Amino acid sequence: MNGFLPFLAAGWMLLVALYGMVTSRNLVHTVGCLAVAQSSTYVMLLGAGYRRGGTAPVFSDTAPGSRPVVDPVVQALALTDVVVGATVTALLLALTLQLRKRHGTVDPQALTGLKG
Amino acid sequence: MTARLRVWLFTVAAAVVGGFFVAACRRLPPFGTARHPYGARAVTAALAHRTANVVSSVNFDLRAFDTLGEESILFGAVLGTALLLRPARDESLSRARTERVLPTTRLFGVLLLPLALVVGVYIVAHGQLSPGGGFQGGVVLATALHLAYIAADYRVLEKVRPSAAFDVADGISAASFTVMGLAGLVSGGAFLQNFLPLGTFNQLVSGGLVPLLNAAVGFEVASGVIVLVAHFLDQALEVHPSAQAPQPEEHPT
Amino acid sequence: MQASALLPLAVAVPLLGAALLAVIGRRLPRVGCDVLATATAGATVCCLVLLLGAGGTGRATAHLGGWPADIGIVLVADPVGAGLALLAAVLVLAVIVYSWRYFDEPSGQHAGVFPALILLFEAGMTGFALTGDLFNAFVFFELMGTAAYALTGHHVEDRRPLHGALTFAIVNSLAAYCSLLGIAMLYARTGQLNLALAGRSLATGHGGVPVTVAFVLISTALLVKAAVVPFHFWLPDAHAVAPTPVCMLMSGVMVELGVYGTARVYWTVFAGPGGVPPHAFRTVFTALGVITALVGAVMCWHQRHLKRLLAFSTISHVGLFVTGVALLTPAGVTGTALYVAGHGCAKAALFGLTGVLLDRYGSVDEYGLHGRARGLRLVGVLYAVGGLALAGLPPFGTGLGKAVAEEAAGTWQPWLPAVFVLVSAVTGAAVLRAAARVFLGAGPRPQPRPHEPETTGEGEEPEIRSPRRALPATMPTVSALLLLLSLLVGTAPGLAVALGRGGERFTDRQGYLAAVTGTAEPALRGAAEHTWTGSGIALGLLSAALACLLAAAAVRLRAPAGFSRVVASAVTPLRRLHSGLVGDYVAWLTVGVAALCAAFAALR
Repeated sequence: MNGFLPFLAAGWMLLVALYGMVTSRNLVHTVGCLAVAQSSTYVMLLGAGYRRGGTAPVFSDTAPGSRPVVDPVVQALALTDVVVGATVTALLLALTLQLRKRHGTVDPQALTGLKG
Repeated sequence: MTARLRVWLFTVAAAVVGGFFVAACRRLPPFGTARHPYGARAVTAALAHRTANVVSSVNFDLRAFDTLGEESILFGAVLGTALLLRPARDESLSRARTERVLPTTRLFGVLLLPLALVVGVYIVAHGQLSPGGGFQGGVVLATALHLAYIAADYRVLEKVRPSAAFDVADGISAASFTVMGLAGLVSGGAFLQNFLPLGTFNQLVSGGLVPLLNAAVGFEVASGVIVLVAHFLDQALEVHPSAQAPQPEEHPT
Repeated sequence: MQASALLPLAVAVPLLGAALLAVIGRRLPRVGCDVLATATAGATVCCLVLLLGAGGTGRATAHLGGWPADIGIVLVADPVGAGLALLAAVLVLAVIVYSWRYFDEPSGQHAGVFPALILLFEAGMTGFALTGDLFNAFVFFELMGTAAYALTGHHVEDRRPLHGALTFAIVNSLAAYCSLLGIAMLYARTGQLNLALAGRSLATGHGGVPVTVAFVLISTALLVKAAVVPFHFWLPDAHAVAPTPVCMLMSGVMVELGVYGTARVYWTVFAGPGGVPPHAFRTVFTALGVITALVGAVMCWHQRHLKRLLAFSTISHVGLFVTGVALLTPAGVTGTALYVAGHGCAKAALFGLTGVLLDRYGSVDEYGLHGRARGLRLVGVLYAVGGLALAGLPPFGTGLGKAVAEEAAGTWQPWLPAVFVLVSAVTGAAVLRAAARVFLGAGPRPQPRPHEPETTGEGEEPEIRSPRRALPATMPTVSALLLLLSLLVGTAPGLAVALGRGGERFTDRQGYLAAVTGTAEPALRGAAEHTWTGSGIALGLLSAALACLLAAAAVRLRAPAGFSRVVASAVTPLRRLHSGLVGDYVAWLTVGVAALCAAFAALR
């Protein structure tokens, strides 16, 4: 169980976020759930790159080769992922803000202008 | 579809997805495994280019093209937010009010703002050596300037960060990343290939292009976040519906 | 210039153009912005044409940063990938020229933002088409998305664009994160991010559940982008409300990139031993394709909002593309590539012509516009030609692509060509019906159906503020040129041959791996020649004729009441599913992922 618990945490976060988005009554909440879904990818990436007993892959104060390090690649990917997520969130909130002005509501279940 | 049906549909589907996910994770290499082939190759490659922070090396050297795409996403989001949060035809701008601030808050801001700026610059500049880099430092720099809003008011903030200037800085730093990539191509190598001397390991000048790309991203993130936040603050403080504009319809919920 | 230099330029040029526009756009007059944007788009087209010339029918690679494939990122251009990037670049150029005088851009501080975002969109699409790296594909996928979300919500005065853009952004971003979860799983398993190397690494294992789940999760984003049922709900909502030039890009090439991505990822990573077995992929994706094609066609036929009609026709054609790719044969890929090229140009032209209607009458409603556009004769003719092209009339590129894909499909399942004929006839007929009503005033004026779940095309925010000015000549001209391009795809002798070799390259895993790792590429087997055949022409004529008949019947004949009732009771529930509610769409996305996992597990 210990061998894959962090991965399950990532899966759980995704499902929780999906549930939140399915039942959401506020677009800001929906956007927050999307951020949770994204957080699951951080957990999965960092989990995949973890090494037991490993330290940070930074050699400014440890000599190269003296200690095992965790996988630096997934950390770089997670960093990229964070920026992507932040920018998408900003765009979504901008849309939500304008929608509140034009529609008078932020309830996604009240948005029925497009159907059929 | 009724709300209840939707939740049922979702629950069944989520149970199936969850089951497969668990089954898949059980057969993945265990958490904490010692086998990280790409990680090991990245460490070797980073050390060969004399970059102490391997994460920065991956971001700005080995997989710098990812970072180019990613800072273009930030650039696009800034442009997109500018487009979406522009004052609409039926809206007008007014100057934000001046605000009274507690003297202790003001003192706090005056002391912390320069300190935060220095920390931001430090984090950007040492990205190739220690944890941190353009993204993290850029966010600290952007946040630092917003202390002016807390310590004074929006009018002061607008003086501290003229958003038109930062708009231009955002574009220039976005372009500079691409230009450095092209310089690698022109100097006879590949796109984004290092063409500078590698410097001394664990010194400020090391890693070839890494510090420069790092700085470009630092400026890009700082100015991008400043402009992004500025659009939202403008919406909250300066953009109002014009007097004759129709009010949004209220919807029963 | 060398191909290895041209590859990154195809991404770098639009990125630089976008940055320049954002920096100096506010100081330039409108003409300056237009010239700069057009020059950048033109330079990208040149770049990709040179790339296709330099690469020939082989593969060109660029090792970015000078790093080998197992450390850095490699860009790979084969005829299909580079061809798709070229299609994107050509459509971007067309869109920028189309918007010269048409599009009412914000001025002052925001001048240049719209073309800058279009160029970022372009960089995202070319980068996605050319990259050979899984995570890099995710980054460019998001770049495409970010630009497209903002562009879709461009009309902030109206609530519907905001709603459509939000749905689009939430569903697509969510799917992208599912994908990234899958990429992380694959990375944990293989320790590679390069497509070919990940595929090679999978071959040493036994496949099993983790590989299947990783494949399904990675496909999620691509299938959402491709708008495959049940991941398709966002598309009509976004297309109905996006500014016309943006619709041209989204329907013309962005959606097709989803199909391309699925095919590319399957072939390079999962098609070998230890991956997802070919028979499972063939069965599942053929089923997905056929269902998508049929649902799209039915929904397309029942629309009165012209942009929504075209959007559902795109979904329907995507179903055919997925079916073509799912055959897993070079001929299927070649046919689909030709079909995508022909369809992209024709669909962009149709959206462009719909933009003319919106510009002139402030409406895109088939009922409201009944007979109102009698004066726009040329536009009407072009619209009808577009409808026929969509139906697969020879010698349009759609016809050739359909014929080649049909033949490839027929050798596996004899009933599949019937789906191709039916679907292209119905979608073509819907366009012809709308053209007959709007431009000729044919038939009685349809009565509005207030109780039905539908979106009308009335009360649209006009895209320009002075309706009294003359129609800009660029709008119909660009549309006409796009239709001509669609014709050229079907008639240019070299193209079918080049894409025939492209199909061979695309399905050649070992060759791709060899190109990426820099070892000698195995020689290409002799590629089959794909060109017009008697049966292909006959089936093309058949679907075009069917389309005309259907359109005429819809306009002229009044269906018996009993028949209409039966149709309505069958179709109304389907239409109700397209509710516009984001929560519903997320639930369907989960259902789709669950269904794919279950199907692949059952077919192991």
